[in-house]
Amino acid sequence: MARFALNRILWTLPVFWLVITVTFVLIQVTPGSPWDAFNAANGGRLSPDLRPTWERQHGLDKPVAQQYVNYIVNSARFQFGESYTQQGQTVIERIMEGFPYSARIGVYALVLAAIIGVPLGVIAALKQNTMVDYVSLFFATVGATVPSFVIGFFMLAFFGVRLNWVPILWTDWRNYILPVVVLGIGTSAFIARLTRASILEITRQDYVRTARAKGLPERTVTMRHILRNGLIPVVTIMGPALAALITGTIIIENVFGVPGMGYLYIQSIGARDYPVIMGTTLFYTFFIVLGNMLVDLTYGVLDPRIKAS
Amino acid sequence: MTVAKTEQLGALRAEAAQAKPRGLWSDAWRRLKKNKAALAGVAYIALLAFIAIFAGLLAPHDPDFIPADALANTPPVWQEGADRRFLLGTDSLSRDILSRLIYGARISLVVGFIPVALELLLGATVGIMSGWLGGRWDNLLMRLVDVVYAFPSLLFFIVVSSALGSTPFGRMLSGLVLLFVAFAITGWVTMARLVRGQVLTLKNKEFIEAARSVGVPTQRIIWRHVIPNSLAPIIVSVTFGIPGYILAEAALSYLGLGIHPPAASWGNMVREFSTLISLNAVFVLMPAALIALTMLAFTFLGDGLRDALDPQMTK
Repeated sequence: MARFALNRILWTLPVFWLVITVTFVLIQVTPGSPWDAFNAANGGRLSPDLRPTWERQHGLDKPVAQQYVNYIVNSARFQFGESYTQQGQTVIERIMEGFPYSARIGVYALVLAAIIGVPLGVIAALKQNTMVDYVSLFFATVGATVPSFVIGFFMLAFFGVRLNWVPILWTDWRNYILPVVVLGIGTSAFIARLTRASILEITRQDYVRTARAKGLPERTVTMRHILRNGLIPVVTIMGPALAALITGTIIIENVFGVPGMGYLYIQSIGARDYPVIMGTTLFYTFFIVLGNMLVDLTYGVLDPRIKAS
Repeated sequence: MTVAKTEQLGALRAEAAQAKPRGLWSDAWRRLKKNKAALAGVAYIALLAFIAIFAGLLAPHDPDFIPADALANTPPVWQEGADRRFLLGTDSLSRDILSRLIYGARISLVVGFIPVALELLLGATVGIMSGWLGGRWDNLLMRLVDVVYAFPSLLFFIVVSSALGSTPFGRMLSGLVLLFVAFAITGWVTMARLVRGQVLTLKNKEFIEAARSVGVPTQRIIWRHVIPNSLAPIIVSVTFGIPGYILAEAALSYLGLGIHPPAASWGNMVREFSTLISLNAVFVLMPAALIALTMLAFTFLGDGLRDALDPQMTK
């Protein structure tokens, strides 16, 4: 197990290296120098005399190879430099400004998704091939297919504009409702599908037949044998699902004007604030890769067969 | 009794002789025809393709033309204050929304199909090489696939578009070329994994062994036996791949990164109309609904094809 875990953790390193290298290369090939971008982000009014000092400050006077090494080292320490647009603010400070909003929406959406998705999947599986099963399967397909930002605009048009229940612009706690519901629906569809498949597999196991054969009441068989085992995979995906939700908010935050990490990310793209763009990208990647690694590790613990392959 | 049985058997034989041989494809088609959702998906996609191909003839106006005598943001004809010349109203530059939606269908389909074709070419080549050659080659290629697979694709698209969007390359065909390349770079790994798996299972089957033992050249084995026998899962994967790219384009254009204005895409129309939501929500809902319907159509077709081509997968 330790060897498997170590192997899996080491395999994230090439991924991080690739992401860091790709972002570095892209900054290099972007037309215009970082100074031009910095100047443009500040309205193009900066005196050219400032340029050498500014470049020295950010290590841009060094040879490219040296800059590349520094970039890798700094990225590993989560030091992505300073924002071009917000004077004196580091990239990580800027990310942390938006992170609480994104994290809160992600956690609430996951809780909502579990509350809807798990019972739906369980009912569909226990009543396989009945109307209940078909309806919930249809809901799961549609919920997983229709893009969250499309659902978002429909909800905003109905609950925000038509009924005027929630404010359109970011004002108070009521603004959390729609983004959480929209993200929660997509994820609940995914959870429902997974739950249904997992429960169906368990109901065919020999030990379930044994439990029934020895005369246990159906209720006990369901609660103790089917559900307890069938929900293991569902629990293990919660971590990565949360990572996916926090990053999945990029588009949704823009639909609902949530001042989170994704909103700041897109703002920084509009402003050509390259340190923030690259820093946020690496931050997101860290989350996603970590999430994927965790799911592999938990599966490895739960199912020893996976380690072999 | 025996006579009756013999007669029955004879009738059955005659029937069997007359019946057409049923292959995988006709079988699959028979099953697909029973799936109403999949058929609705096919009909919708065919209609969309027709509209996209004949956009020039079907669009009532030039999608980029700004008429001097029309108002901006006029609502569709069923709402008050509409301009009869523009069925679905006009946008903030007084351009005809219906024509822009029609041309947007073109972008969506092209952006769905071309990257999938590229990924098929690249992914199938790598997959076949990896699976057939095995050993060191396989190891090297699959490690590469693993690393690219772990790369978060939406983030990659965002970074590439934000860094290269304003270069001459990024502007080619209103940004389409950059999207093709970006999508293909991340997409080929899924196809490579799938094809490699197929090749590995087929490689040791008796009929391939037989072909090899009578001296059929490798190239011919791959074209005549390996590729045709891997086609079913590839088709399913392609059908699910297309809506993925259509969604990626819509999302990127919504963020202001995909298709550059003035070219019309459903994604950048959603972006444009999202600011008008308090004024008149119907604007943003039109392109949004088209995106949703297109995604559903491809998903229903994909689900149908998967069930039709691989009956064992069902349930």
